[in-house]
Amino acid sequence: MELFVFVVAGAMVLGGALGVVVRTHPVHAALSLILTLFGVAVLFVAQEAHFLAAVEVIVYAGAIVVLFLFVIMLLGVDKTEDLRIEPFRVQRPVAVVVGVALVSLVGLAVIASRERTVRVAEPLDVVAQDPADGNVRAIARDVFGEHVLAFELTSVLLVIAVVGTVILARRPRKGELIGSGK
Amino acid sequence: MIAFTLPQPTPTWYLLLAAVLFAIGVVGVMVRRNPLVLFMCVELMLNAVNLSFVAFARQMGDVGGQSTVFFVMVVAAAEVVVGLGVVVAILRRRPTATTDDMTELKG
Repeated sequence: MELFVFVVAGAMVLGGALGVVVRTHPVHAALSLILTLFGVAVLFVAQEAHFLAAVEVIVYAGAIVVLFLFVIMLLGVDKTEDLRIEPFRVQRPVAVVVGVALVSLVGLAVIASRERTVRVAEPLDVVAQDPADGNVRAIARDVFGEHVLAFELTSVLLVIAVVGTVILARRPRKGELIGSGK
Repeated sequence: MIAFTLPQPTPTWYLLLAAVLFAIGVVGVMVRRNPLVLFMCVELMLNAVNLSFVAFARQMGDVGGQSTVFFVMVVAAAEVVVGLGVVVAILRRRPTATTDDMTELKG
């Protein structure tokens, strides 16, 4: 059963990822990205990360991709990009070679270290007493217990990001230079 | 009875899938010229790393990997917001800008 889930979700992930790279229309690329994100969410569920699967769908597929689509529509850049125009002749073969080399190197490392990575503790579903909401409780205990400072700092980070974006994307008034502070 | 002969996916399988996803993202960043699509490829790479974090979390039986993924998602959201702000500011001035035109950011 888990094999079936893995194969289907893996096909979704890889198909969507190839779609992002290959589709010339930005909107199509964004929709392919949604397919990939849903596949990753399914794989999260298959690995007992239920909370992260929900966050993946809500934050990534819900918020980030919608933000992408907003920007595409807002700027009117939803034109097909001509992939045949290539300023640097060597770039594409080099990119493919680097990609294949990366996959083979990481794959070799993963397969070579397969025997050495051992299960050091009980699986996650055994740690939690109640399997229904055990994962959420475990993450909450970890985030709000051990990493509470990092959690608070992410709120600072988000505020800085929002303020910075408002300043960056704001339309300057006539006769005003961006960044002049007046 | 077929279920007994089929292999069960191990964390190694998930790690290999994450490696392929990451490489597709890398190739996308190197090949595409639309800055918006570049950001999407960066998201692909982030998701590949998240996938491997979750695989390790299950293998080690430690929920710390999953909370790391949580923080990665927050940082990814902040990164997309700031990045799209920059892209909006550039594309508003030059609607056909590609990544090659980003050299005009030089002071």
